[in-house]
Amino acid sequence: MNERFEISPRLRNTSLALIAVGIIALVAGLFNLKLSHDHVDQTRFWIVLLHNSVFFAMVTVASIFILAATSLAQGGWIVAYRRVPEAIGANMWLFGGIAVVVLLSIVYFFQIDGHNPIFHWVHPDGDTILEGKKAFLNPTMFTAFTVITVALWSYFGFKFRAISLAQDLAPKGKTKLYFYNMKVAALFLVVFCLTMMSTTPWLWVMSIDAHWYSTLFSWYNFASSFVSGMAMIMLWVVYLKNQGNLKIVNKEHIHDLGKFLFAFSVFWTYLWFSQFMLIWYANIPEETTYFKVRMQGPYSIIFYANFIINFIMPILILMARPSKRNYFTVTFMAMIIVFGHWLDFFQMEMPGPLGAHWHLGWYEIGIFTGFIGLFIFAVSKSLAKHSLVTSNNPLLKETIIHQS
Amino acid sequence: MAIKKFAVACYDDEAVLFPAIDKVRNSGYKLHDVYTPFPVHGLDQAMGLKETDLHIAGFIYGITGTSTAVGFMSWIFTKDWPINFGGKPHFSLPAFIPITFELTVLFAAVGMVLTFCYLNQIMPGVKKHVFHPRQTDDTFVVAIELSEHTSEAEVLEFLKSTGANETNVQVAESEWWYGRFDKKEAYELS
Repeated sequence: MNERFEISPRLRNTSLALIAVGIIALVAGLFNLKLSHDHVDQTRFWIVLLHNSVFFAMVTVASIFILAATSLAQGGWIVAYRRVPEAIGANMWLFGGIAVVVLLSIVYFFQIDGHNPIFHWVHPDGDTILEGKKAFLNPTMFTAFTVITVALWSYFGFKFRAISLAQDLAPKGKTKLYFYNMKVAALFLVVFCLTMMSTTPWLWVMSIDAHWYSTLFSWYNFASSFVSGMAMIMLWVVYLKNQGNLKIVNKEHIHDLGKFLFAFSVFWTYLWFSQFMLIWYANIPEETTYFKVRMQGPYSIIFYANFIINFIMPILILMARPSKRNYFTVTFMAMIIVFGHWLDFFQMEMPGPLGAHWHLGWYEIGIFTGFIGLFIFAVSKSLAKHSLVTSNNPLLKETIIHQS
Repeated sequence: MAIKKFAVACYDDEAVLFPAIDKVRNSGYKLHDVYTPFPVHGLDQAMGLKETDLHIAGFIYGITGTSTAVGFMSWIFTKDWPINFGGKPHFSLPAFIPITFELTVLFAAVGMVLTFCYLNQIMPGVKKHVFHPRQTDDTFVVAIELSEHTSEAEVLEFLKSTGANETNVQVAESEWWYGRFDKKEAYELS
């Protein structure tokens, strides 16, 4: 089966316009915030870039994870639109690369009066807690972990796509590549455990509040990024379906993705609440400071909005079977979920460096818009490069007659 | 508690079963049920069964569990027997959440199991008529409900034509009942 996706001029122009908005916001931020004498403005410039680049890198790696997980579990349901997560995963180098540039710039080039307002551990002098964590939290370790992580993710992102494309050309009935793909998937899951499910969120996000720690943090980050990653896949599948592509995708496949949105929204809430409740119950001052500023401080609006958008809305709207099979509801919920988890990362990252001086204004929204544009642009390029439907995949028949 | 007459047909193969079910439904006979040794995908649609309402029942049970837990705990810890736990407020919702969750799951699970049993008319001690001893082994069994106007010979002839390798007419209890199998006289049609 061969089905090409052609980028419509409308999609290309929209994505370029969104990128332009992002670039304008970046340039305006450079002059208004970065070159300002106000320390809060300078911090805001960097932390917003960190927030968006980390969010999009983690959303992108979620696609590689779902490919690996379904390859290993021999999930037939995803094969119908497997090219979508493949195309997103193939852009790991781009979003991972941006994250590396932003993170390393913050670690090495950003300092005010001899200390780093975002990563306090860069200059731990005189702080006994940070000096105690110096063996792990230091620029060399940070650089090594970050670069290796993104390099491995990008490698596997390319690899899954390459295997899938090679399968198209392979002789019919040959399963050698199919089983090779499973081996690569198993290997990736090990990498994923050691990065996204542990070290990466520690270094990229949790080390912003360097004094505080939570053992659940990486799982919580994983749940947040995974459900937004599934929402992104959903948006692409519905878009392609609307354009008349992906003819073998029907409501059964949409229903499966809808179940993922529903289930992982609940899973996210489970982890979010588990982390919160233990700290609330134990009531130890050095742990509760994290929630004090978020729940009762200046971030309480975002904190509760986060809960309503990411839990109450999905559980009530996506619970019924018909709503998971309705293109409008799932598209609407996917957009809500992406925005909600963007907000979740916002409230993880902003309170540490900015405190009460947070904004959700032109700069934050502008940079977010730019990243959305870049995501649409890059992924549509990758999608258009090859056939939208895999052929010769042993599970192809299973996916066509799939019933959820 | 209705004793009814059934025409029973046995099939060897799914590939024969599905067209046979289609023919039975198209010819206007009343399909009582189909018994298979294993769950067969697409059989529900082929039989024309409507979507189950079990999940709506489950939602109602779950909500009942949630409100029971929240209501009961709030009453206990604020009115009936207030205790100071580590200086927390008497009404401290985060501490209630795990129990609320557990009770929601418990009510939903137990309620749905019982509802499921009722909908499928199975329960410990309930007797069901077995149309063919091999229906849990290697045979697909289709049972058609007959009225007093139906000609038995015609039905059996028709079932044979759909590819059945064994057909017969049985008299059986169509509902569920608590009792014994060996009341032969109950099966004698009046």
